[in-house]
Amino acid sequence: MRRILYIVEKEFKQIFRDKMMKPILFIMPVVQLAVLSYTADFTVKDIRIFVQDQDISPLSKQLINKVSASDNFTLLGVSYSYEEGINEVEKNKIDVILTIPEHFSRNFNSQRKTALFITADAINSSKAGISINYLQNIIRDFQVEQAEKKGIQVKPGIEVITRNWYNPDLDYKFFMVPGILVLLVTMIALFLSGMNIVKEKEIGTIEQLNVTPIMKYQFIIGKLLPFLIIGLVEFTVGLLIALYWFKVPFLGSIPLIYMFTFVYLILILGMGMFISTITETQQQALFLAWFFSIVFILMSGLFTPVESMPDWAQKLTYLNPIKYYIEVIRLVMLKGSSFSSIKVNFLVIVLSAIFINMAAIRNYKKTA
Amino acid sequence: MTDDKVIIAKDLTKKFGDFTAVDHITFDVKRGEIFGFLGANGAGKTTAMKMLTGILSSTSGEAKVAGFDINTERNELKKHIGYMSQKFSLYEDLTFKENIKFYGGIYGLSKEDIERKTGEMLERLGLQHIENTLIKEIPLGWKQKIAFSVAILHHPQIVFLDEPTSGVDPITRRQFWNLIYEAAEDGITVFVTTHYMDEAEYCDRISMMVQGKMQALGSLKELLTKYQSKDMDEVFIKLAR
Repeated sequence: MRRILYIVEKEFKQIFRDKMMKPILFIMPVVQLAVLSYTADFTVKDIRIFVQDQDISPLSKQLINKVSASDNFTLLGVSYSYEEGINEVEKNKIDVILTIPEHFSRNFNSQRKTALFITADAINSSKAGISINYLQNIIRDFQVEQAEKKGIQVKPGIEVITRNWYNPDLDYKFFMVPGILVLLVTMIALFLSGMNIVKEKEIGTIEQLNVTPIMKYQFIIGKLLPFLIIGLVEFTVGLLIALYWFKVPFLGSIPLIYMFTFVYLILILGMGMFISTITETQQQALFLAWFFSIVFILMSGLFTPVESMPDWAQKLTYLNPIKYYIEVIRLVMLKGSSFSSIKVNFLVIVLSAIFINMAAIRNYKKTA
Repeated sequence: MTDDKVIIAKDLTKKFGDFTAVDHITFDVKRGEIFGFLGANGAGKTTAMKMLTGILSSTSGEAKVAGFDINTERNELKKHIGYMSQKFSLYEDLTFKENIKFYGGIYGLSKEDIERKTGEMLERLGLQHIENTLIKEIPLGWKQKIAFSVAILHHPQIVFLDEPTSGVDPITRRQFWNLIYEAAEDGITVFVTTHYMDEAEYCDRISMMVQGKMQALGSLKELLTKYQSKDMDEVFIKLAR
């Protein structure tokens, strides 16, 4: 036990003596959390729209006004010609063209069937889909309004009433901030531990340690503890920013999230240690750590829902620790879930943590 | 364990694939002696030393160091040996005192022991003024002396030194050898590899490795007589040719 403490003391001294380390540990993550949370927003706003008005009637003017009054759309031009609109799309200045055909007003007023055309730049397919959807809603509203004005009975449809639970204002940041916090904690833990033992290999001190009577588990635990502490501090700083800056609600239990984070960090640090034992240079370790973080992040459900991934990819995500943690942090923070709702995730993380740390201890060879 | 022998090696061999790095070497090292381990680059010195310090398994043969088997009793063995590699045994980003504290702690010395030894060492080396200086700011010659002192911090039965004086000036080398003599007087057996043939002459007994085999073993006088040479340079050239 005393030996472990001597290693911990040495690691802390080395980490904090490194001038770059303090900003890396405490400024970089804060900046990332602040900046990414504002930017990683997938709600579609400010859709640039162009209207081709071939009708040029009071009714078409009213429709154009309604579109331009919407928060989601910015009207950037009205013209009789379609060409003009499509040119702007090609210059990437317009996202959607709404075409109001000739006789639109006449047909509408005489209750004949009439059509509007929407042309969307579908390079970003989900954005195009959402834009069309918004525009259709506006047109539907417009239709009802105009009909009521004229005293025309609109055919009764099914009215759908929606209620957004857990995030009633649909604030995207509530969804992203906890997830980004997970990323930061993961990256710091994985990179710090991944580079650590291999650094001793590179500078040669590992050889001196290998001739000492230190046990492998003492060595690994001594190396892991400082990063565990740093990881928890980092998590706390991030959590405070999430709660007090972004005002993300915290409905669940704080001890529960700390318990999960504790085990999760042991898992990630074990992965880092494992990377450190199988590599010979910090460069190799860096690339491996980078590879795993990118794959885990993209397959974590942070940016894209796991449910919409192909079947084989969904199966792969069972191996992804970030996925489990993001699920848990969202459940506990936003829904106030209790231990029983996250116990499967907890069990998976505990078992993986034990497994990977045993592998790291086994793999750290004091003897060649 | 034979009380007067700290190393007993018998047919110790290490193969890497087809290449035999150490080929059936048999020798003993007596307690308290300074044993010079010589050889050209690539003769197998470092490989042999790694096996004797328990960080490399042997392919065949056996050896006991400080009474412990090098393959099966490594953890006990490591408590009783010291080792100074050619470079990098100290942490450059820690101070003199912090390095000693760390290694003392790893070897299980008590807090008081660590403090007492730190004081003694500073005084012996005359380095009181740099106790709180980072190792990277200390000149190489001093670093080597500090590294040696750290290697014998836990008063091992035997200390292994891998080319401890390469790259340092003649005065520092002389001072370094004084430290080695002091350690030997303290009862620590010294196992040292070197390139410098004049240093070989400071050793009680000298062995010569040539292509993995131990070609010669004896005191300076014995070797000079046997190979009819006037100094170790000549012996070395005759053997390593």
